[in-house]
Amino acid sequence: MATILTVDDSASMRQMVNFTLKGAGYEVIEAVDGVDALSKAKGTNPDAVLTDVNMPNMDGITLIQELRKLPSYRHTPMLMLTTESSGDMKSKGRTAGATGWLVKPFNPEQLLATIKKVIA
Amino acid sequence: MNPEVRDESGIGLDVDENVNQFLTFMLAGEEYGVDILRVQEIKGWESATEIPNTPDYIQGVMNLRGTIVPIVDLRSRFELERIDYSNTTVVIVLKIKTDDSEKTIGFVVDAVSDVYNVSEEQLKPSPDFGSGVSTEFVKGLATVDEKMLILLDIDHLIDADIDINQSAMTH
Amino acid sequence: MTIDISQFHGVFFEESFEGLEVMESELLELDASNPDTESINNIFRAAHSIKGGSGSFGFNDITNFTHVLETLLDEVRSDKHKLNQDEVNLLLSTVDCLREMLTAARDGTDIDQAQVKSIHDELERALGNDSVTEAEAEEDNVVDDNDSEAIASALEWHVHFAPHLHLFQTGNDPLRMFRELEELGTLTSAANLSKLPPFNKYDAEECYLSWDLVLVTEANEEQIKEVFEWVEDDCELSIEQANQQEASNVVNVVADKAAPISEDADASKVEPIVDKKKAADKKAGANNESTSIRVNISKVDALINMVGELVITQSMLSQFGEEFDIKNIEKLNEGLKQLERNTRELQENVMQIRMLPISFSFNRFPRLVHDLSNKLGKKIELKLSGEATELDKTVMEKIGDPLVHLVRNSIDHGIEMPDERLAAGKPETGTLNLNAYHEGGNIVIEIVDDGAGLNRDRIFQKAVDRGLIKADEDLSDDKVNELIFSAGFSTAEQVSDVSGRGVGMDVVKRNIHDLGGVVEVKSEAGKGSTFTIRLPLTLAILDGQLIRVGTQTYIIPLISIIESLQTNIENTKSITGDVELYRLRDDYIPVVRLHSIFNIACDSAKLNDGLLVVAEAEGQKIGLFVDDLLAQQQVVIKSLETNYKKVEGMSGATILGDGTVAMILDISSLIRLYREQAEYKTSSAMNNQAA
Repeated sequence: MATILTVDDSASMRQMVNFTLKGAGYEVIEAVDGVDALSKAKGTNPDAVLTDVNMPNMDGITLIQELRKLPSYRHTPMLMLTTESSGDMKSKGRTAGATGWLVKPFNPEQLLATIKKVIA
Repeated sequence: MNPEVRDESGIGLDVDENVNQFLTFMLAGEEYGVDILRVQEIKGWESATEIPNTPDYIQGVMNLRGTIVPIVDLRSRFELERIDYSNTTVVIVLKIKTDDSEKTIGFVVDAVSDVYNVSEEQLKPSPDFGSGVSTEFVKGLATVDEKMLILLDIDHLIDADIDINQSAMTH
Repeated sequence: MTIDISQFHGVFFEESFEGLEVMESELLELDASNPDTESINNIFRAAHSIKGGSGSFGFNDITNFTHVLETLLDEVRSDKHKLNQDEVNLLLSTVDCLREMLTAARDGTDIDQAQVKSIHDELERALGNDSVTEAEAEEDNVVDDNDSEAIASALEWHVHFAPHLHLFQTGNDPLRMFRELEELGTLTSAANLSKLPPFNKYDAEECYLSWDLVLVTEANEEQIKEVFEWVEDDCELSIEQANQQEASNVVNVVADKAAPISEDADASKVEPIVDKKKAADKKAGANNESTSIRVNISKVDALINMVGELVITQSMLSQFGEEFDIKNIEKLNEGLKQLERNTRELQENVMQIRMLPISFSFNRFPRLVHDLSNKLGKKIELKLSGEATELDKTVMEKIGDPLVHLVRNSIDHGIEMPDERLAAGKPETGTLNLNAYHEGGNIVIEIVDDGAGLNRDRIFQKAVDRGLIKADEDLSDDKVNELIFSAGFSTAEQVSDVSGRGVGMDVVKRNIHDLGGVVEVKSEAGKGSTFTIRLPLTLAILDGQLIRVGTQTYIIPLISIIESLQTNIENTKSITGDVELYRLRDDYIPVVRLHSIFNIACDSAKLNDGLLVVAEAEGQKIGLFVDDLLAQQQVVIKSLETNYKKVEGMSGATILGDGTVAMILDISSLIRLYREQAEYKTSSAMNNQAA
């Protein structure tokens, strides 16, 4: 089954996202911020990355930028979870190499639908 | 003398609403009774740790499965002549009710005697003893099997001294 | 797949309340004229998380409310909006309001909508908006959207999709998108290969293809566009309807209306799904309340380590059991000792879990001081120290209210108005210190203000008026000060709503007594007052020094011990009867003979034969004369009050390794006991002289 690296500084969001994904049969690697995610990403090769944008230490945009520099992450789908629906944030995300985004708030069904978009 | 006696009594004997069961023990030749429902356990005497600057009848404190329980020498409490503890010396651990809490206290007695059913009718108010046990600790007298039992009011056994309000914090 | 999201509510509320605490403390520290970027970021992030979480978990009123807050903070963050102090106060009220909203959502209770609205409107005003909430407008639009979707019927759409070369580098894949389109209806596709470079220039990481697609679907243009949403800036895209005239009107109306509200409408779309669960969610939330305890991960790790050791010991012991040989008796004993140590450590550490730093209680004071001083027009700086001092959770919960009362009292009655302070030659800003530390078996909490101090004469007069004392009574200052703890005593000329009506210092004193503690006040006119609360750590563990006097073993808290020394009789000096002083370098300290103070037997009463343990409490040093020093170990404090009563000189008792009970000495109480005995001896000596 596919593995997803999920990154969020909010414990409740993390809990919901991870529970939903695991319930749908995905393997989940959890990280609490960009720095944590980057260090966890280096040892693994997930099928997708799902990251919050606004986080302490390293934000989601920077994380995506950094991940794209790693050879094994050049084509990995990376989704941003963001409450900011402005075009500005999206274009920043795209420039950094984000595949797409999911606007908060979302419910578990929407989350799974979005994941299905990027994972066969 | 059988510590199990409490358990048997509840099942084996007839329990009437008017009848209370009393555990009796010996103290200087007299037989005293306490409400069996208040008896938590009966155990052999082990040495207690002294508490400094407390009345003589406070024998000290003991470890009763992790809680600290004060031990009262009942002979001394009743101002009777003290004797050396022997291998029949037992500690009856009782639950004492104070105004706002419940305390567990051990009482050193000469020996445990028996369990009796005492009905309300058998209970007589206690006359003034003149000497010995002060009437304030006595609930009443009862005659069972031609023996006279002195039934103790255990809650009053302590409020004369072990008093939570009498905090040592007030200086 | 249905998922009951109410199961995540507990964590959501917990982290939201934590977020509010972060916001509050950052706001209190914030210099409105020159806000620190990192602080603003922290505040923003907390608001942002609450908004995100509340939306996902279906608390839409909180989402809407937080949205305005977040927008304002975002403008501050990007320097589009300059904050002023009034707005900082507004933000603090917003934090309060959010806290109430979260509490109401958690407990399923109602909340003052008018207040929410008024703060909401104020935030809008700060943003320069009028008070019509966007949320209301949004909702109208969504209804239209849903209605119109129902009208649509199957149509044929022509889609031209020509991605830019770098499309793959964003992790997007045209095939995935086509798969998604297929789910909307029937898809036929034709790839255009014309841009494929010669093989030697071909880069596998670039996308050279373009596609023309035909989709027959009931979905509207928006839904088709959504498939390409993530790549719309990375491609040429056109979506056209084959038979325009039939339904284009409907679709365009939807598109136009939906456009200005963009993704925010998603928030409202979620609503119906979550709404059904709301009632059940609330119930679940209310049940989860406060029976849990947050434990520092290091404490858990320590426990896990200990359990690990226990397992090792256990396997070692069972090995001895399997093939027992009398030759191994030594090792067996060793193993049993180890088991005993493991068990004890485990017990002690489990107890530690109940211990929390007092910062949990102190945290509320910055806000309290801020609000009260604003209200009273006073300038007060709050200083906290010893926040890491740990005490039992239960004690902490119960000391909260008395502490608040004392702090309010100091702000209200203690610290003067700025002009009064200046006139008295003091700095305009008063200082309030909250300080906590361990002393013996106690936690000591001090509330120190540099205000006017207690008014001795007024207290005295009032006490006389109330019949508490006689007019000609000769009382020390401390005794007079203590009168404020008497029932029904209030010295404020006007009862202010700050210190609270009806609740007097007598209640504070009683509450502290109920916890087995004491409260004292020291005050100096014009210089300020110090309230000192001493509380026993009923469930605490302390590092103890075991000592022996005669046959008795006692425990002295290590924290009270300064040093232990062999006594030298030449350094001892006797004054008036039984008072002995010991010269310790440049100091003379009273010798407290434990055997005599406790009236027990000792090995030898000669100072040269025993040891002197120098201990300190409340700034007073004493030398405890004991027969011998035994081991040092951690002990679990057991209350003597549970089944007996407070014993002078003791903070409690503990159970030693052999199951026997040992008393734990309380140095400050011991000092009092010593003084009383010394006074008694002196006065009876004087009486004898008189007779």
